[in-house]
Amino acid sequence: MPRPGFVLDVDRSTPPTLFWHGEGFRLEKLPAGRSRVIYPPEPLAAIKDIDAAIRHALLHPIDSDPLPALLFPGMKLTIAFDDISLPLPPMRRPDVRQRVIEAVLELAADAGVDDVHLIAALALHRRMTEAELRHAVGDRVYDAFAPRGMLYNHDAEDPDAMAYLGATPHGEEVEISKRAAESDLLVYVNINLVAMDGGWKSTATGLASYRSLRHHHNVHTMQHSKSFMDQERSALHSSNWRMGKVIRDAGVKIFQIESTLNTDTFPSPFDFLSKREWEWSARDRASFIATAGSLKRTPPRIARKIFHGIRAPHQMTSVQAGEVEAVHRLTTANVYRQQLMTVEGQTDILTFGIPFICPYNVNSVMNPILVMVTGLGYFFNLYRGKPLVREGGVVIMTHPTPWEFHPVHHPSYIDFFEQVLSETTDPSVIEETWEKQFAEDEWYRHLYRTSYAYHGVHPFYMWYWGAHAMQHLGRIIIVGGDPKAVRRLGFVPASSLDDAFELATDVVGRHPTITHLHTPPLVLTDVT
Amino acid sequence: MSERVDRAVHAVRGGGDRVRTAVARRGFPWRAPTAPRGVEVPPKKKHTGVDFETDWARKPAARAARSFIVAGPLKGMVKAVADPEIVGVDRLADLRDVAEDTDGPPPPVIFAANHASHVDAPLMLTSIPRPWRSRLVVGAGADYFFTTRLTGTVSALALGAIPIDRTRVNRRSADLLSSLIDEGWSLLIFPEGGRSPDGWGQPFRGGAAFLSIRCGVPVVPVHLDGTGAILGRGAKWPKPGRSKVTFGAPLLPTGDDDARRFGERIERAVAELGDEAISDWWSARQRAAAGTTPSLTGPGYHGWRRAWALTEQRARGKAGQRRRQQRTWP
Repeated sequence: MPRPGFVLDVDRSTPPTLFWHGEGFRLEKLPAGRSRVIYPPEPLAAIKDIDAAIRHALLHPIDSDPLPALLFPGMKLTIAFDDISLPLPPMRRPDVRQRVIEAVLELAADAGVDDVHLIAALALHRRMTEAELRHAVGDRVYDAFAPRGMLYNHDAEDPDAMAYLGATPHGEEVEISKRAAESDLLVYVNINLVAMDGGWKSTATGLASYRSLRHHHNVHTMQHSKSFMDQERSALHSSNWRMGKVIRDAGVKIFQIESTLNTDTFPSPFDFLSKREWEWSARDRASFIATAGSLKRTPPRIARKIFHGIRAPHQMTSVQAGEVEAVHRLTTANVYRQQLMTVEGQTDILTFGIPFICPYNVNSVMNPILVMVTGLGYFFNLYRGKPLVREGGVVIMTHPTPWEFHPVHHPSYIDFFEQVLSETTDPSVIEETWEKQFAEDEWYRHLYRTSYAYHGVHPFYMWYWGAHAMQHLGRIIIVGGDPKAVRRLGFVPASSLDDAFELATDVVGRHPTITHLHTPPLVLTDVT
Repeated sequence: MSERVDRAVHAVRGGGDRVRTAVARRGFPWRAPTAPRGVEVPPKKKHTGVDFETDWARKPAARAARSFIVAGPLKGMVKAVADPEIVGVDRLADLRDVAEDTDGPPPPVIFAANHASHVDAPLMLTSIPRPWRSRLVVGAGADYFFTTRLTGTVSALALGAIPIDRTRVNRRSADLLSSLIDEGWSLLIFPEGGRSPDGWGQPFRGGAAFLSIRCGVPVVPVHLDGTGAILGRGAKWPKPGRSKVTFGAPLLPTGDDDARRFGERIERAVAELGDEAISDWWSARQRAAAGTTPSLTGPGYHGWRRAWALTEQRARGKAGQRRRQQRTWP
């Protein structure tokens, strides 16, 4: 029986606490008597017969006819699926998407459907490589569809491949993949890793263009999403739902398949990363000493390769299919079942370690902007109700934050960091002054469409992602980071955690309360 | 001289103390963590006994190592200690033909043998015909062979042993064994549940019959004669002797059989093979037909008369053909 999440009050007997530090770790002693550590709930048991569960979901969908009844000879069928940003770290083969897509294709073959396209719904993310596509959909599907041009990445900058469907009452334009919009049936295969994923966001974001995305990927929406993970209080969620209505009213028929995963995140010998420190066995301690010791002597490129080679053992805890909103209600409940825990009261200082991976650097470099978005965009937003840290409080993150970018994946990030952040870090000013220029830059557009680059506007979206946290917090400190890069982000560098606590005193006083978020694995806190 | 030894011991102890102090000073994670107050530390997960993981011992590398161990050192040791005579292998010909006809591995079977000695498992491992030997696991007492990581590892590697809870019905053991049989692994099991305490056999338990019914695979009864005299319970060192391994015809549960009834059939079949081993096939068949096959569990009386009867029984079997002890003069 997995244990629920746990809030530890740190005392003098508490062993040092593990902090992620990029491709490494730190063990830090938190002040006794005023610190607490949030340990996520343990992974739920996976579904025993996953293939049978998928088949059951397809044959007994929610508020929809069974999938076989929606398939007929001569129809146009499009299967869209989540891109490389999910799940994290990438899961062991077979990927959930492969299992679901194969099950859908088997039914399509039985129904005599010939015209099938598979689209990686990556919005403005980078295109997936062949190896990444093969990992996601499996070799059987890839070999059957990719050589004939029927399995490909979504291209949001191809004017001939996008269809304008209308606008919401709020004036939000909805433009999605033409193939998806004109199909007799769009099957969306989703993986819900956090409560923000899925629902109408799958189609309205994953298959959309800049014209559409700019209406909710902006500073106003982000600052009014408190948090992204709380559907009731998320402007991002509301916008996507409004767009979903436009999509539905335009006659796009969607069969949504959503799945949830447990939080079994790290395989052996890294499984100590998910454990509570006082429960580390001799083997765990030996693994930690060996891993941390060898990582210190390993060149960063090799360490990155090792970490990005991790294939997570997480497995499916639920799968549901049918009408988008009905399915998503059940999916969200299943995400909460795994991740939700109650935490009493806010804190003055929130600490967390930034790991080696976030949705935007799979097989890539964790550049300073992504460090910011992982900390302030994702970890800060892992709450419902109230943020874990009080308004005007301090966030302390640990990460080496090197001044380093992947030149192929993140070209516009380099210019954003050099040109934009050197001028200002104010999200509203940045949005107003530079967004359009980067979004419509022909060179970035070319790299997005033909290379493996994130779209020119993507670093802006990352910056907006942290806008709510930047507005809420009194100070942001990064421990162990490159001081120059940290200052460029507008944050305060510190060489040790004790220094960081010292630097925080003029914002939160001499004896602040401290909360450490022991994540990953993922957790969602219900702050009372 | 003794002074030098004392100094060396003192130096080693001093070195050990210094290492301990240095480790203690470095604290966690070099030392075991302390637990915060009010936190309940869950009991450590056991890795011994029934919980001992043996998956690794069925991977190709371990199988190759075991194949080498069984064909080399183990076979040599068995030959030296037990000098076995193996009969009745032809009774498995039909099963072997199935494998040859289909060009695949042989269908899995359960080998059920009587058990009097630690020599029995190595003897069976070296006697079971090759097609089954390469995919064979041995049911071994979790409370004896898997009490420590070392003994468990050696048993799993050298014998292909799987931990079985002998004290109660354990679902984990039963599920593991049936899943292995379903995957095509054959099983060697000693249904008595342990070595004979007095040299006579013990009543068979229902495990082999239960698994056979559950997995739909045949049970091959096997009788081992002579091993009790070589390394019976209580003996510290083996006394080299002779042994005989008699394979019986495979038994399948009929529609009327439940685990108890089928278990009795298996025990009777082993007893008949035991009778055959110390007499001849025809006489044993006649006694079996008349229902007068001597029981494996020996006469019903206790005390010295039971021990006396055992000596007579052994004298008629392989144990009676003891090899001449090599003596050096005087």
